[in-house]
Amino acid sequence: MPNSNTYKFSFLALGTLLILCFFANISLGSVYIPFKDVFYSLIGTTTEQETWQNIIQNYRLPKAITAILVGSGLGISGLLMQTLFRNPLAGPFVLGISSGASLGVALVILGSSVFGGIFATFLISKWSIVLAASLGSFLVLLAVLMVSIKVRDTMAILIIGLMFASITAAIVSVLSYFGSAQQLQQYIFWGFGSLGNLSWDELAIFFVIYCFGIAICLASIKSLNTLLLGENYAKSLGLNIKRSRLAIIISTSLLAGTITAFTGPIAFIGLAIPHLTRQVFNTSNHKILLPAVFLFGAIVMLVCDSIAQVPNSDYTLPINAITSLVGAPVVIWLLVRKRKMVF
Amino acid sequence: MEKKHQHIILKTNDLAIGYQSKKSQTLVASNINIALRQGELVGLVGGNGIGKSTLLRTLTHVQNELKGSVFINGKNIKHYPALELAKVMSLVLTEQMMSKNLSVFELVALGRQPYTNWVGNLSENDIDMVNKAINQTNILDLKHKKCFELSDGQLQKVMIARALAQDTDLIILDEPTSHLDMYHKAYILKLLQKLAKETHKTILFSSHEIDLAIQLCDTLIVMSENNVVSNTPCNLISKGTFNTLFPKDLIAFDELTGSFRVKK
Repeated sequence: MPNSNTYKFSFLALGTLLILCFFANISLGSVYIPFKDVFYSLIGTTTEQETWQNIIQNYRLPKAITAILVGSGLGISGLLMQTLFRNPLAGPFVLGISSGASLGVALVILGSSVFGGIFATFLISKWSIVLAASLGSFLVLLAVLMVSIKVRDTMAILIIGLMFASITAAIVSVLSYFGSAQQLQQYIFWGFGSLGNLSWDELAIFFVIYCFGIAICLASIKSLNTLLLGENYAKSLGLNIKRSRLAIIISTSLLAGTITAFTGPIAFIGLAIPHLTRQVFNTSNHKILLPAVFLFGAIVMLVCDSIAQVPNSDYTLPINAITSLVGAPVVIWLLVRKRKMVF
Repeated sequence: MEKKHQHIILKTNDLAIGYQSKKSQTLVASNINIALRQGELVGLVGGNGIGKSTLLRTLTHVQNELKGSVFINGKNIKHYPALELAKVMSLVLTEQMMSKNLSVFELVALGRQPYTNWVGNLSENDIDMVNKAINQTNILDLKHKKCFELSDGQLQKVMIARALAQDTDLIILDEPTSHLDMYHKAYILKLLQKLAKETHKTILFSSHEIDLAIQLCDTLIVMSENNVVSNTPCNLISKGTFNTLFPKDLIAFDELTGSFRVKK
């Protein structure tokens, strides 16, 4: 089995690129800050202007870290889904997980008026949005999986995932109809996606859940590799399919659910990153793919965020639009180059 | 019955196979009493739809039996935890595996999964077993190729190597010769015969290549409409068992050549 040594150079290059992108991302923004001062504020020494340090430490640094967590988390959950569903076009977004999270958040933001009073203020807190999004994504994924056990055709599963997405979208529409203008605006802005809204406290919560998701995913490496043979072979190798499947689902819903909760539904990263990774790392071994997807996802997300920020201007484009603009062409390109679809 | 001293790997006791749904029971075959001994190459033959796959699925615990029981090394198959079963029985299935982007070595190494640690790292012993399996199946030249580069015949050898690497007493193959040309059909079955002899593993396969199976197998299990018979090919020929296999309007079994002839 080609071990990590075979890909040492690629990993080294990607790691360096990630660090470069990380600093580039922090250096770029609506306010021009000289690189020297960016560095100073990162290591905690005083900068020429007090505000610069504030911008770097309380806005750009958490945003860059969020970008790394979001990109890697979505990429990894996409990889998990592609292996589990044996479908190269699976991903958290395609299978309706993100829509599930959207539904959960919509219920909390738009439905909070129904509960009213002090309860509503609790409901609207960051924690409840995280919980609602995780729960929503978990339920939708579970529903898709239950159906997927009945129908063995993977294309049917994808269509069923899309149907679930439609159903959740419909429910969200109904909720929006009854919601107030202020709630609607809040929900729509959540839907644009944003990496910059997280305080350090929220980032800490995000990071803890992210680590749980990653830990479960790491524990699933062996079963993921076994699943490459197909479920019947995996069973004949003594793999407990039901338990492995549940672990993969929980990992994915923790990652995709919380990411969607904190940053909004971010399109296509989960689908496109694993494929991008396979272009460089020509292997199916998850021991290599997982760290590679982590690096690729983080890099692409940092780049997308830098673009969305439109350096030295006051505009911030919706991150969701930027990732789609990058992601969709990749998917089209992959479909055209059919031979590379073996995975 | 001169082989009685040999260790029995798999044994069935009044086994009845079929499908159980909530409302009804579909019986496919019953009163199956077979015993597979160590180091034997056993062929399972029978017409389309007679229940070969159902029998294999029952023997491998993919589906439950309707009646009777299956014993592996004297222990009821129901009492094996999944991981223990994976250490006594390996499979080669007809289904295409999902990822053809694996290299041959990686694929064969997946056969070591029941023995590896939580992350699936191969120990030196594991690597030795994998290389041994690769040598035994003559696929050394393919070792670093990707599976999508292989022909059907080559892929079948790789899948057999994977089952060997799993290091089990029993290997069960479901129609290993379908999709293959005549040369490769003979090649694969000959390979199985060699492996059974050299490794003392019991190899059971289902096949439609009755004439090849007659020439190569130690024991044949013949499934026909009414019963399941297990015996040496010679005894089966002299008892005329092969004539019960198919409807008699088109083909007939020729005892001299040991093959089927189209009626003129």
